[in-house]
Amino acid sequence: MKIIVAIKQVPERDAQVRIDAAGKWIEESGLQYALNESDAYALEEALQLKEKHGGEVVVLTAGPERVGPTIREALAKGADRAIHIDCADLSNRDALGVAKLLAAAVKPENPDLILTGLQSDDLGLGQTGVILAELLGLPHSSLILHVEKTDTGLTVKRELEEGWFRTIELPLPAVLTIQSGGNKLRYATLMGIKRAKTKEVRTVTATELAVDSAPVAILERVVLPQKQKSTQILPGNPKEAAAALVEKLKFEARVL
Amino acid sequence: MSGIWVVVEERDGRVSRNSWEAVAAGQKLAALTGQAANAVVIGAQTEPLAAEVAAKALAKVVRIEHSLLAAYTADGFTLALQQFIEAEKPYYVVFPHTYQVRDYAPKLAARLGQVLIGDVTAFAEGPTFVRQLMQGRLNGSYRHSGNGPCFVSVQAGAFRADEAQAGTAAISTFAPTIDPAQIRTKPSERFRGAAQTVDLGAAQLIVGVGRGIKDPANIPIAQELATALGAELGASRPICDNGWLPMERQIGSSGQTISPKLYLAVGISGAIQHLVGIKGSQCVVAINKDPDAPIFEVADYGIVGDLMEVVPALTEAVKAAKQ
Repeated sequence: MKIIVAIKQVPERDAQVRIDAAGKWIEESGLQYALNESDAYALEEALQLKEKHGGEVVVLTAGPERVGPTIREALAKGADRAIHIDCADLSNRDALGVAKLLAAAVKPENPDLILTGLQSDDLGLGQTGVILAELLGLPHSSLILHVEKTDTGLTVKRELEEGWFRTIELPLPAVLTIQSGGNKLRYATLMGIKRAKTKEVRTVTATELAVDSAPVAILERVVLPQKQKSTQILPGNPKEAAAALVEKLKFEARVL
Repeated sequence: MSGIWVVVEERDGRVSRNSWEAVAAGQKLAALTGQAANAVVIGAQTEPLAAEVAAKALAKVVRIEHSLLAAYTADGFTLALQQFIEAEKPYYVVFPHTYQVRDYAPKLAARLGQVLIGDVTAFAEGPTFVRQLMQGRLNGSYRHSGNGPCFVSVQAGAFRADEAQAGTAAISTFAPTIDPAQIRTKPSERFRGAAQTVDLGAAQLIVGVGRGIKDPANIPIAQELATALGAELGASRPICDNGWLPMERQIGSSGQTISPKLYLAVGISGAIQHLVGIKGSQCVVAINKDPDAPIFEVADYGIVGDLMEVVPALTEAVKAAKQ
C-alpha cells in the first residue's frame, strides 16, 4: 500500500505567540516549531499500516525552508521519502488554497491512501484533508481513531461527540483525517535519525504546481481575545495563594 | 442570490441543541445583513423535525428528503445540499460546528469553489466572522470574498439556543437526485466506547488534569487534591490519549460534559475542545504556569505558578479548612 501522509509544521505548543506589526498574522521570527500533533498520529497510523501490509510511506508538507527539521523527524520515524512544497506564503492561503497545493503534488503519485491529522494546532481549521479528498475525487472519512485494511478497502473507527463512535467502510483509494490518541506514538531511533539523512526529499515550488493562491476566506485581523470573565488572580507564594483561594471558594464563591 | 439558510441537525429524533444555536446565529446574521433567515432539515423522513423548526421566526423551512439520506454520509449530504444551494443560491449557509458538519461542510464549500469559515464564535459588521486561532490564544477576524455563498459554522455555546426567536415558517420539500453509486462510504450504527462507570456530569466538585502535569508519576498530587476536596478526578484529552487516566474521565467535546459547582483546572491550557465541556461549571479555578493560557479567560479565580508547588499547597489548605 502506498500511503501519503500530509503533515504540517506548527508553532510549539508552549510558544509565546505575538501578533505581528500588521495585525494580520503572528510574529514568526524567533518561534520554535514542531510537528502538528494529530499529524504525528497520522504518520504513526501510516507506519503501522506499512508494517502490517508492506508498501511505502511518503510524507508531504507545504511550508518555507524551516519545515526541513520536521520532514527529517518524520523520515527518522520511518517514512521512506518526502515531498516538500516550498511555499513562503502559506499563511496567506486559505484551506482550499493549501489543499490545492497538496492535491497537485499528490496526483502524480497515485497513492492508495492519504492520511493527515484532523486539524492543525495553529489555525485549527480541520478542513485540509476533507477538501483534499474532494479535489482528488476520493471518498474520505474524518476524526479516525482506528484503520483496518479489508479485502475491499478499509474499515475505520470514527469518533463522534460525547463518547460515541461509528464504524465506516470505504473503498480505496481514500483520504482519512486522523484523530489524536488512536495509537501510541513512536520515537525516532538513533538508527532512524541516521538513515533519515540519506532519504529522498524532493522539493517542488508552489509556482511549479501552478496553483492559484487568492484566498476566498480572508483573515483580515488577528487580535487578543477579550476575557469572558474577570479572573481574580491570587498572588503570593504557593502557600499564600492556596490559602487565599480556599478563603475565596468558601466565603465568596461558596462552593466549598 | 438571496437569503440565509441554516442547516439543522437532529439528535435522538429532535432538533439538536447546537442546531438551535445555529438558528439563533442565523437570525442574528439576518438582523446584521437584512437577509431573510430560513432553515433546511436533511434526511429520509424529516416531517417531525421540520415541524419543530418551523415554530421559529424563519421565512421558510425546507425538507431535503431522499431515502439515501436516512444515514449520514459525506457524499449524500454534500450532493443533496449542493443541489439545493445551486437551486436556491443563498448568500449565507450557517451550520452548527458539529463533528458531522466538520466531515462534509468543507467538501461542500470546496465543490462550489468556496471555503467554510468554521467554528465561528461571533459576527460583526461587514459581516466579519470571528474564530479562534492558536488553540484559543488569539482571535482571527475573517471575511468571505467569493462570488458564491458564504459558508459559516458556529461553535457550540457561542450563540444561545434560547435566543432562537419563535415564529411560524412555511414548510416545503426539496427532492435531490442521488444515485446509490454516488455514496461511496458505508456507515454502521453508532456505538458507545468502554462502559461509562464514572458520571462526571453529575459530580459537584471536579479536579481536571491537563498536559501541565508533565508525567504520569505526578497524577497522584492531583488525586490527593481531589480526595481532600471530595471531588472527582477528570482530565483533558491528551492525558487520556496518553493513557495516564482512563478515557471515561475525559472532559470536553469528545468526552463528558460537566456542570459542577466547582471545577478546578490543573495544568490545563484551555483548548476549545475542553472549554466546550466545562461551560456549565458554576465556578472555575485555573492553576497554570502560563498567565496567557486561554483557561484564564473563563476562570473566576486563578493561581499563576508551578502546579507541582501550588497543588500540594492547596491540598494542605483544603485539609486545614476542613478541620
